[in-house]
Amino acid sequence: MTIRFTKDHEYVRVDGSSAIVGITAFAQEQLGDIVFVELPAIGKVLQQGDEAAVVESVKAASEIYAPVSGTVTEVNAALGGDPSLVNADSEGAGWMFKLTLSAPAELDALLDAAAYAEIAK
Amino acid sequence: MAEAATDLKHVILHDRHLALSGRMVPFSGYELPVQYPTGIIAEHKWTREHAGLFDVSHMGPSFLELTRPAGVPDADHRAVAALVEPLVCGDIVGLSPGQIRYTLLLNSGGGTLDDLMIARSPRFGGTLYIVVNAGTKLADFALIEGAAGSAGKFTRADDGALLALQGPEAAAALADFLPEAASLGFMTFGSYDWRGVRAMVSRSGYTGEDGFELLIPAHRAGEAWDTLLADPRVKPIGLGARDSLRLEAGLPLYGHDLDETVSPTEAGLNFAVSKRRREAADFPGATRILKEFAGALTRRRVGLLVDGAPARDGAEILGPDGAVVGRVTSGGFSPSLGRAIALGFVPPALATPGTRLAVSVRGRSQAAEVATLPFVPHRYHRKPA
Repeated sequence: MTIRFTKDHEYVRVDGSSAIVGITAFAQEQLGDIVFVELPAIGKVLQQGDEAAVVESVKAASEIYAPVSGTVTEVNAALGGDPSLVNADSEGAGWMFKLTLSAPAELDALLDAAAYAEIAK
Repeated sequence: MAEAATDLKHVILHDRHLALSGRMVPFSGYELPVQYPTGIIAEHKWTREHAGLFDVSHMGPSFLELTRPAGVPDADHRAVAALVEPLVCGDIVGLSPGQIRYTLLLNSGGGTLDDLMIARSPRFGGTLYIVVNAGTKLADFALIEGAAGSAGKFTRADDGALLALQGPEAAAALADFLPEAASLGFMTFGSYDWRGVRAMVSRSGYTGEDGFELLIPAHRAGEAWDTLLADPRVKPIGLGARDSLRLEAGLPLYGHDLDETVSPTEAGLNFAVSKRRREAADFPGATRILKEFAGALTRRRVGLLVDGAPARDGAEILGPDGAVVGRVTSGGFSPSLGRAIALGFVPPALATPGTRLAVSVRGRSQAAEVATLPFVPHRYHRKPA
């Protein structure tokens, strides 16, 4: 399992050819109380950088971009009933969607935990 | 709308907000806390259940006094009220001592330049206490000063702290802070001595709850803030919850639900066009507004219960056939109702509560139903009969 980050504060947790995407603890803290999450359709083909999901806080909507290219295989349905899971456990129970990677080499250009920690402070 | 951080003014309590880890954001030319670490939803609910303390020092408190009062309170009040009445649609002459009126500054086309509070001094005839919005205050002050001319002396009072204490426990908290002020009636104000300075206290607010607004001179502002927050019933509340509270209360926000094109009639603020002024037709834009009173209205402000994601300012409102019939002017998430709510304008035929409409959010249509305002019942203080 490898975890990589974008400068836009998404994480991608990779296990073989599949990956779990969400926003970082830093991002949820910055957004504040999350009240709605719009998730992509299963089967959607995403290119790296495509708008993949939307997170609504009380104050504003924020786009979540695909950190890597791939096809959506599963979304976190629990967020429909309880979007605050993203606040409570953004990198665990508050995950957003799973992808089958179509261009795993893209991961090499993303940030590792140490590099992300530098920008998230 | 981006405001450069270097141009932003600081309120007198700036350091207090930083000490409380307030998240500072630009708002109306000031840097202000949008929330403290507990977050908007917790702050919102605290205010609905206990008492919230808001720093609204960016707003525009001010005084207008007669230059040469006659010393007869009623005659002096009539004279000072007559200076501002040509700018607004409210009956200012008819205020009793200490009474506050919510009114609107209008342009000649009947559009709204600002919404504001005007109050008659409880003691001296010939003095008005006026509180305007932050974003419009320089223009408002210039208008009022210009209208008063040499007959009135206009004084800004926005160099101190203006604090709003709101919620069901606000009266009990104020009774410990300044006992004499806790018996004020709704929409009245008074001037009190607080630790050697003059504090203006009004029983008013913009959350739908009972509460007070306190104008405290600069050198006692920090002490007043600290003293109020030392009360366990009172917590600091940021601009985020201030907005969600007023939205639930169905109260319009200037620059969103009110602007230079929106008339009081369109905004559903008929109560703010006083009967005497309607009969005299002597306020700016009276021609248009009186026609609208008679039924010639093309749009009305409504509340919407929105399914799904919040519909925010600018979102299109769609009619039963999918055509655009209006726009959302403010919208967000209601912490009390646990769902999205919005204010917007639609044609009067679609403004009846229960009408099923839709809103367009990110290109998708979401169901929305016209709701009775306020979304959450007001709980203003009413003196026992």
